[in-house]
Amino acid sequence: MSTKRKMFHFLRYGILAPSCIWLIVFLVIPYFNLFLYSFWKNGAFKVEKTFTLNNYIRFFAGDSSGSGHVMILLQTLRTSLIVTVIAIIISFPLAYFIIYAVKKARSKKILYMMTIIPLWVSYIMRAYAWKIILGTNGILNSFLIWLGVTSKPLDIFLYSDASVIIAMVHIYTPYVMMPIYTSLEQIPHSLIEASRDLGCGGARTLGKIIIPLSLPGIVTGATYAFALSMGDFLAPSLLGGTTSSTKIANIVQMQFGTSDNWPYGAAMGMIILVFVIVLMEITGKIEKHYANLNG
Amino acid sequence: MIKRKHLSTGVLTVIGILILLFMYIPIIVVVLYAFNADSVNYFPMRGASFKWFAKMAADDDLIRSLEHSLVIAGISTGVACVLGVTGGYGMYRFDFPGKSFMNKLVMLPLILPGILTGVALLTFYQAVGIHQGMMAVILGHSTFLIATVLPQVYSRLQQLDGNIIEAAEDLGATSSQTFFHVVLPNIQTAIISSALLSFTLSMDEIPVTYFLNGIFSTLPIQIWGMTRNGITPEVNAISSLIFIISLAAILISNMLSKED
Repeated sequence: MSTKRKMFHFLRYGILAPSCIWLIVFLVIPYFNLFLYSFWKNGAFKVEKTFTLNNYIRFFAGDSSGSGHVMILLQTLRTSLIVTVIAIIISFPLAYFIIYAVKKARSKKILYMMTIIPLWVSYIMRAYAWKIILGTNGILNSFLIWLGVTSKPLDIFLYSDASVIIAMVHIYTPYVMMPIYTSLEQIPHSLIEASRDLGCGGARTLGKIIIPLSLPGIVTGATYAFALSMGDFLAPSLLGGTTSSTKIANIVQMQFGTSDNWPYGAAMGMIILVFVIVLMEITGKIEKHYANLNG
Repeated sequence: MIKRKHLSTGVLTVIGILILLFMYIPIIVVVLYAFNADSVNYFPMRGASFKWFAKMAADDDLIRSLEHSLVIAGISTGVACVLGVTGGYGMYRFDFPGKSFMNKLVMLPLILPGILTGVALLTFYQAVGIHQGMMAVILGHSTFLIATVLPQVYSRLQQLDGNIIEAAEDLGATSSQTFFHVVLPNIQTAIISSALLSFTLSMDEIPVTYFLNGIFSTLPIQIWGMTRNGITPEVNAISSLIFIISLAAILISNMLSKED
């Protein structure tokens, strides 16, 4: 009996084993391995497992094989920041419109679904869409010619930082929209009415009640958009110009491809990883702080 | 006062519609120009045809990559469901050290940029001798798909009345009887909805796959290659088809996850 009981005990906890083991083998160990890789040396034909800090030094200061990539990291951060800010500027009024201007519960639900459906639309389809819209022989150009605004196609739209930013805003806005919508939805209507009754106008209610209370949602969404756009190498490679819009993720991609310098790529990967995790910890703290204030 | 309120609602409505247009015009354009008679995406469209769908169906590389993607998405979703359901149930039933860490860990591959998981797995595979190819991609996809199944199962379990599990055990059901006859039927909609989500995500995944696929192509990788070589309405045709299928998947998934 007691051995049978023990076995049951084991079986019950055993239900955790497959997922735990899988996560350790295919998530924890690979990331740890990447961490180790970032301290190894790239030899002539293979990676030498000797400890070196050169990969990190090269990233920040550059070495004989070229200048570092701090500037590209900073440009990437700048682009991600622009994308995130525009995504918030777009998401907030849309969420606000659905919650406060649409009266019917059913229309509300449909509109909300409409805002998150793009999240499920194939990434490559959304990126490609901007390619056929913004291209030299694309829809925007032929539309402008059709309108008579210009007589020949303009090649300023595609293959620029702007086209990368437009596509990324389009791709990452639903991530921002969802948490903002959720946090706006949770604001009690009575609070807004009380604010109005006490003589606050729409703008003051917005500034003193609605925006502060939706801040946790804004922060969550912004974190997602920032982290994901920062690591995106597809949109820049499809829509960006040859050099000006190369992002940090493209440089990482190159190290594991044509440049064939895995340790250096691993070091850059670790830098992105640390950056994203620190960012998430900070924004997590901000969210908690505001959630506590509001609660 | 009332007039001003109407005015601001009107302005808000216009802004809302404009933003929705920004979200949807690109999707509409892709679908519309799949029926273009021309190979140039010119406005206004000059004639309609189904020829790009025909060309798509005759493109052997594209069809082969679609088959690869279906196999990968099918197996990875299955693996992720087994791991996510057992893991989610385990987390629901037991308190153990590192539970909150595991909760965070499982979400990492969805929150972190895919390129990081991709290169981490690539270096790991090289160290343990797993070659790039279909198996490598399936293992990678399964890993990030757990993040869609486990949290959904876990949160559905938390909404479940815990008494029914106790009742089953008091009545003498074994752990496995309880699991298969009491727990599973109660969370099946959550499992189906997260499986649909997983399948869709796998069918669309590029950043992780890119580093692990080696020489064979998945559908999104194939499409990516086609778009890099230039613009072909064949891509519109295949994208439109995928869009319709994933739209159906979302609607079903959404209906199921909102159930109870």
